[in-house]
Amino acid sequence: MANADLVVIEGSNMAEAHPVGFQWVMEAKKRGAKVIHIDPRFTRTSANADRHIAIRAGTDIVLLGAVIRHVLENELYFKEYVQAYTNASTIIAEDYADTEDLDGLFSGYDPETGTYDNSSWSYDGPQDRLDRGLPERDETMQHPRSVLQILRRHYARYTPELVEATCGISREEFEYLADAVAENSGRDRTTVFAYALGWTQHQGGPQMIRTASVLQLLMGNIGRPGGGVMALRGHATIQGSTDIPTLYHILPGYLPMPKVGQDDFHEFTRAIGKKEQKGYWANAENYTTSLLKAWWGDAATAENDFGYHYLPKLTGAHGTYQTTMRMNEGGVDGYFLYGQNPAVGSANGRLQRKGMAQLKWMVVRDFYMIESATFWKDGPEIESGELRTEEIGTEMFFLPAANHTEKAGSFTQTQRMVQWRDQAVHPPGDAQSDLQFTYELGKRVREKLKDSTDERDRPILELTWDYPTDENGEPDAEAVLAEINGRHLSGEKAGQPLSSFNEMKADGSTDGGCWIYAGVYADGVNQARRRTPGSEQDEIAAEWGWAWPANRRILYNRASADPQGRPWSERKKLVWWDEEAGRWTGDDVPDFPITKRPDDPGDPDAGGAAALAGNDAFTMQADGRGWLFGATGMVDGPLPTHYEAPESNVRNPLYTQQSNPTRVTFIDEDNLSSPGAMGEGGSVYPHVFTTYRITEHHTAGGMSRFLPYLVELQPQMYCEVSPELAEEAGLEPYGWATIISARSAIEAKVLVTERMKPIRTGDSTVHQIGMPFHFGRGHEAIVQGDGANDLIGMNLDANVQIQNSKNNSCAIRPGRRPRGPALRELVDDYRRRAGILPAEQAQVDGGGVDPVGGGPVDGFSPASVRGPLEAGAVPDNNPSMKELDNR
Amino acid sequence: MGSKTFLDWPVIRQLRGADPTGRGTSVTSQRTRDLEPRTADADGVAQSICPYCAVGCGQRIFHKDGKVIQIEGDPDSPVSRGRLCPKGAASEQLANSKHRQTTVRYRRPYGTDWEDLDLDTAMDMIADRFIEARRRHWEAEDSQGRPLRRTMGIASLGGATIDNEENYLIKKFFTAAGAIQIENQARI
Amino acid sequence: MTLLSGPEGPAASTGWGHDQPRKGFFTDTSICIGCKACEVACKEWNRNPTDGDLQILGQSYDNTGELGANTWRHVAFVEQGQERIEQARESGRKLVSLGMPGIGPKSGGRRGDLPEGDLAGVDTTPPDTPEFRWLMSSDVCKHCTNAGCLDVCPTGAIYRSEFGSVVVQPDVCNGCGTCVAACPFGVIERRDDGTFTTGAGGTDEVPDQGTAKKCTLCHDRLVDGQEPACSATCPTQSIRFGDHEELVGDAQERVQQLHDRGMTEARLYGANANDGVGGTGSVFLLLDEPEVYGLPPDPQVSTKFLPQMFAKVGIAAAGMATVAALSFLGGRR
Repeated sequence: MANADLVVIEGSNMAEAHPVGFQWVMEAKKRGAKVIHIDPRFTRTSANADRHIAIRAGTDIVLLGAVIRHVLENELYFKEYVQAYTNASTIIAEDYADTEDLDGLFSGYDPETGTYDNSSWSYDGPQDRLDRGLPERDETMQHPRSVLQILRRHYARYTPELVEATCGISREEFEYLADAVAENSGRDRTTVFAYALGWTQHQGGPQMIRTASVLQLLMGNIGRPGGGVMALRGHATIQGSTDIPTLYHILPGYLPMPKVGQDDFHEFTRAIGKKEQKGYWANAENYTTSLLKAWWGDAATAENDFGYHYLPKLTGAHGTYQTTMRMNEGGVDGYFLYGQNPAVGSANGRLQRKGMAQLKWMVVRDFYMIESATFWKDGPEIESGELRTEEIGTEMFFLPAANHTEKAGSFTQTQRMVQWRDQAVHPPGDAQSDLQFTYELGKRVREKLKDSTDERDRPILELTWDYPTDENGEPDAEAVLAEINGRHLSGEKAGQPLSSFNEMKADGSTDGGCWIYAGVYADGVNQARRRTPGSEQDEIAAEWGWAWPANRRILYNRASADPQGRPWSERKKLVWWDEEAGRWTGDDVPDFPITKRPDDPGDPDAGGAAALAGNDAFTMQADGRGWLFGATGMVDGPLPTHYEAPESNVRNPLYTQQSNPTRVTFIDEDNLSSPGAMGEGGSVYPHVFTTYRITEHHTAGGMSRFLPYLVELQPQMYCEVSPELAEEAGLEPYGWATIISARSAIEAKVLVTERMKPIRTGDSTVHQIGMPFHFGRGHEAIVQGDGANDLIGMNLDANVQIQNSKNNSCAIRPGRRPRGPALRELVDDYRRRAGILPAEQAQVDGGGVDPVGGGPVDGFSPASVRGPLEAGAVPDNNPSMKELDNR
Repeated sequence: MGSKTFLDWPVIRQLRGADPTGRGTSVTSQRTRDLEPRTADADGVAQSICPYCAVGCGQRIFHKDGKVIQIEGDPDSPVSRGRLCPKGAASEQLANSKHRQTTVRYRRPYGTDWEDLDLDTAMDMIADRFIEARRRHWEAEDSQGRPLRRTMGIASLGGATIDNEENYLIKKFFTAAGAIQIENQARI
Repeated sequence: MTLLSGPEGPAASTGWGHDQPRKGFFTDTSICIGCKACEVACKEWNRNPTDGDLQILGQSYDNTGELGANTWRHVAFVEQGQERIEQARESGRKLVSLGMPGIGPKSGGRRGDLPEGDLAGVDTTPPDTPEFRWLMSSDVCKHCTNAGCLDVCPTGAIYRSEFGSVVVQPDVCNGCGTCVAACPFGVIERRDDGTFTTGAGGTDEVPDQGTAKKCTLCHDRLVDGQEPACSATCPTQSIRFGDHEELVGDAQERVQQLHDRGMTEARLYGANANDGVGGTGSVFLLLDEPEVYGLPPDPQVSTKFLPQMFAKVGIAAAGMATVAALSFLGGRR
C-alpha cells in the first residue's frame, strides 16, 4: 500500500479497525499519495484522509459504476492492459440478457426459487474450446457482445446525476474521485482500493467488491505494486480459517465440500477444475487426492477413491444462520464455541440466545465468561421474562482456553502471510489449546467407538489421528503444519516434505492437507517461522514468514510487466522477463511458469500451466484472464448492479426490481423486516442504521470488555447522530436514546456530531445512525451495554451467506428502553404500526399472498428459507482468493 | 538506611557535587540509581503475533517464572515495525486479567448456577454427548436414496482467532464424524 | 532566563555532565489517528490504575478526560467546523508573519507585516476537507526546562534526570502535594489511596498510593537504552522520541512543510526557549490554538523568580546543613 499513488478506502474504517496497518497509508501519504475515504460517517480514517466523501449506505455500486462509466466514456482506461490481461475482448453468449434489458434482472432468473440459472451468462464458442479456456474473442473489443461493450451498456445510466440523487454525493465530489482514479492509474502510477466489512456485510456485498475489481482491472491496477483491491480482514487468522476452513461449504484450499449426488470422485474433481483448462485449477484432482491421503492415510486407496465417499454431503446452505434456525426448531443437540460469542456477535442476538436455550449441551471454549456462556442466567431474555433459567435445559461446559502466548502455532494475516508464534508460557490451571482439546476429543471418541463395526464409524476410526505430544499432552503444532504442507509417500523422496503444490499427485503417492499451503514446510523447515528483521530486507520482506502460494506476496504479478514481459514503467517494476536468463525474475516470486516466454502461445492440448499463453497473467482463471464479466462464480449476476437494501426507504432509481432478487432471508416471527419503500409501513422505521467496530474494542467484546485498560477508553454503548436528526427526534447530547428495529429495541448514549451528515437524495433526506457492535449485557464483563446485533435480522447475501449489518432501518426516540416485558410490547407496537405482525396481518387485508415481514414486496420477495446450493463453493471465484490482491 | 553515611545524605551530596541546587544527581535515591526495566530479568522473550485483527503485528512476549510479564511490539516485524494499537498494547492484560477463567465450569440442565467439574470428567462427558448427538441426528441418505452420511446434531462456531493447525484438526475430525455445520467468523 | 537552567540545557547544572543529550518527545498531532495506543502502552508499562467511573465523558471519543496521577498520556478529540478552521489558519499564518521562534519562516519577513507578503511564492492551496475536521492530540508531561514541580519539591523526590527529564521518585515522595499547584500545565497529581475497580467485583491494589505521579519519560526504559512505551507503540509515529534538539529541528521543518501545503494552522507548542517555562522537553505540533486542546496558551513557571529568592535564603540553608550534620554525628554515638 505504501507504493500506491492513490489510496481509496471505501467500506472500511482502516485507521480505527487496523491502526497499525494504517501506518502504510500514512507512509504512502508521506511519499505523496492522495488518500480518499468514502464512508457514511466521518471517522478517524476520514480525519487523516485528504478528503472524506459521505455516502448513503449501500449505494457503492452506483458510485463505482459511475466511475467505470466515466473511464469508459472518456477512454481513460488502461487499454493495453485491458486488451491483454482481461476478458474485455471475450464474446458472451447470444442468449445473455442484462439488467438493462430486463429491468433489474439478468437472464436465467427463476422467481419460484429466487435463484439464477447462469448458463446464459457463458462465453461464446464451441464447448471443447471453452473447456480449454479459448472462447471467441474480438481483439478490437468492438463486437456488440464483447465484454467491454456489454460493460459500457450496463453502466450507461450510472451517471454523475444518478450518483448525486442516489448516493448523496455532489458532482464536484464525484469528479474529484473519478479524476483522482484516472490520474493515478496507468503505466507509471497505481491506485489501491481498501475495503472491509463495510462492503462485505450487505445483501449484495460481494458485488460491491467486484465493482472495485472491475474498475481496478480496467485501470490496470491488479498484480502491480501499489495496486489491488485489498481486503482488510478483522481477525488474527480469519484468512487462515478460510484457507484451512472451519466453514461448511469448503475443504482446505478452497476445494468445495461435495454436494448430494456428487458420488463420482472424478466428476467431482472435474467440476472443480478440468484437466484441459488453463492454469493451476486444472490439477484439482492432485490437490483433492493429497488431502484425502492426509486424512485417511493407508486407508485411502485408488480402489476406494481415496476415501472420497467418507466425506459428508451438503444439500444446500448450512451456514451459521441456517444452524441458528435449526437450533430454534430443536434440530441441533450440541454446539461448540471456539472463541466466538454469537449471543453478542451474530445477527439477531435474541434468536441466537433462544436457539442456544434449545440445545441439549454446549461447549464454550474461551478466556472469559462471555455472554454466550451465561445467557441462561443473565441474558436479556431472562430480564424481559421471555426465558427462565429453571426452564432452560442446555447443559453447559465452560472450558478455559489457552491464549496466544501459551501455545505455538500459526496465524495467516490479511495479505495471506502465515506467521508462526512461539510458545512463551504454559497455560494456567485447566486451560488448554484448542489443538489439545480437539485432539483429545478425537482420541476419546475413537476409543469409545473402537469396537464398532458400524460402517458409519469407519471414517473416524481410519482417520490419521496420531500426533506427537509434549509432557502436558499438548500436540506438536509443527507436526500438524507438516501434514498441512504434505509429503512424498513413495519413491526416492518418500517421507520428505513437498516443496510446492506442483509436486502433488493424483495417484496417492503424495499427501497434503491444504494444497495452497504446500511449501510452508519445505525442506522440513517451518518457513512461517522465518524472521529476518524487516530492516535487513527490501520492502517485499520475503524472508519474514511465508505467504501462500509459494511465498508470493502479490498475486497475478505477471501483470506488473507488459505483454512483452517488460515492466510497465521503471517506477512500478516488480516482475519481468529476463531474456538472457530465459526466465521470469524480479522482486517478488513470479506468479507464472518460470521459464515460459512472454510470446509463448501456450499448448491448448496440454491443459494446466502448460496451456497458459505467455500473457495469460491470471493463472488461476480457466481462461488466463482477469474477469470484468464473471460468467460463473457469482450467483446473483455476472456484473455488479445496484439494488436498494431490503429495508431501504428509497426506491431503486434504476429498476423496478427494488432489492437483490437472490437475497436470503428467514421467514420467522422473530426475524421480521420492514417493507421499506415498497410498503406503507416502511415509514415507521424511517432511518438507516449501520454498525461497526471501533479501535478500543474487539468484535463481540470477549477480548476487550474484560480488560480494564480498554474499557476505560470506551466504557459505554453509544449511537452517533447528526445535529439535524438530534433536533428532529429530540435527542440530548450524551443523553439516552432508544433505537427500535423490526427485530428489537436497544438503548445507547447519544453522540450528536457533525461527523454524521444527513444525506439528501432527490427531494428526501436520509438520516444515518451509527452504532458500535461490541457491547453485550452479560454481568461478567467489566462494562455492559445493549448489543447492536439484536437490532439486525438474519438476512443474508446469497453468494456468501453473510448477513446485512451495514444497512438496515430503524426508529429512534429519546430516553432509555423499557425494562421487563414492556420491551417486547414496544417492539410489537412499532411492528403493528408497520403492519408486519404476522398474526394480525390477516385482519388488515384478509391475508395477502406476499409473506409479511419479509422485507420489500417487489414481486420477487423470498418466500422461505433458501440458499443456492453453490453458495460460494466455486473455487475459481472465491472472494478471499480473488479479491485479496496486492498491498 | 543503616549504612548511609553523612556524606551520602542528599543535602551534603548536593553541596559537595555539581548539583548545587539539589535538583539532579544529589537527590537520587538508591532505588532510582538501581532502576532497570522490569523486562531486564525476564527468563526469555518469545516472538509472537498479535491475536486481535488480521494485520498480523509482531509481538515480543517477555516472561518470567512461567508468567507473561510484558508484551510489546516486535521491531523486527516488517508488517508492524514494532508498533501496536491499544488492543495489542493491552494484550498483557488479556493474558493476566483477574477475570480470566482457568478452571472448568459446569452448569447442569435447568441448573441455576455454575459448578466445578474435573477436566477429565468433562472431556469424557463431552465425548459421550458427541457420539450420542451424532447418532441421534444421523442422515445416511436423502429422500431419493442418495448418500449423505452426515449428522445434523452437532454444530461448531469459531476459528478466526485460533491457529491454522487448530482449524485443521477441527475440520478434519468433525468432517470425518460427518458434522457439516462447522462455521466461523468469516460468515459473520 | 532564570538561573535554574543554563544554555547547555536543564541537565547541565544538575550534576550529570554532558554525556547525554536532552531527550524528549515530538508529538505531531497532524498525523495522530486517535487510536489511544499511547495511553494503553503507558499504563501497561507503568502499571497505572484506570481512571474514571466507566461512563462516557461527553468529550467526543475521549473518555479519560485529562492527564493526572494515573493517565500520563491523554488523547484529546476536538470536532471543528469550517469557521473555526478558517480562524486557526489565520492565527497560524500570523504566527509565521510575526516571526515567532520555533516556526522559522523561510525568509526573514518584517515583524507584524502583512501575512500574504510573508507567504509569497508558497502554494497555499487549502487541503481538501475544509468544511469539517476532527483533531486528535496526545498530551503528556512537558518535562519543562524550568520545571515548577521540581523547583518546589521540598523532599528532593522530584529531580532532573541525566536525560533532562523531570522524574518523581515514589520512594522519596511524601505526598505533600506542593508540586501539584506549581505545575502550570496541571499535569502532576497526587495518586489516591485504595483500590481501583476492574469490574465484576474485581479490584486491584493501587501502587505508589499517596505520592505525586506523572510521566517519567519511562525512565526505567531509558536507562536500558530503550525508548518510552508510548512512542514505541505509536502506529503512525505521531509520537516520536529522541534528542530534543533534533526533534525541534524536525518539528520546525514539518511546520514549514504544512504551511507550504496551505495548512497555515500548523504551529509549534513548547519549542520556544523564551516562553514562561523556558521551553519544554515535549514539543507539539498543533493545528489550532493551544486552548482548543486544553493547553495553557502562555504557561508560566511559578518559580520564575526563585533564584533571586534562593540567594537570600542561602545563608539560612547552610546553617540548616550544619545542624543536620551534627544530628548525624549524634546518631553515630
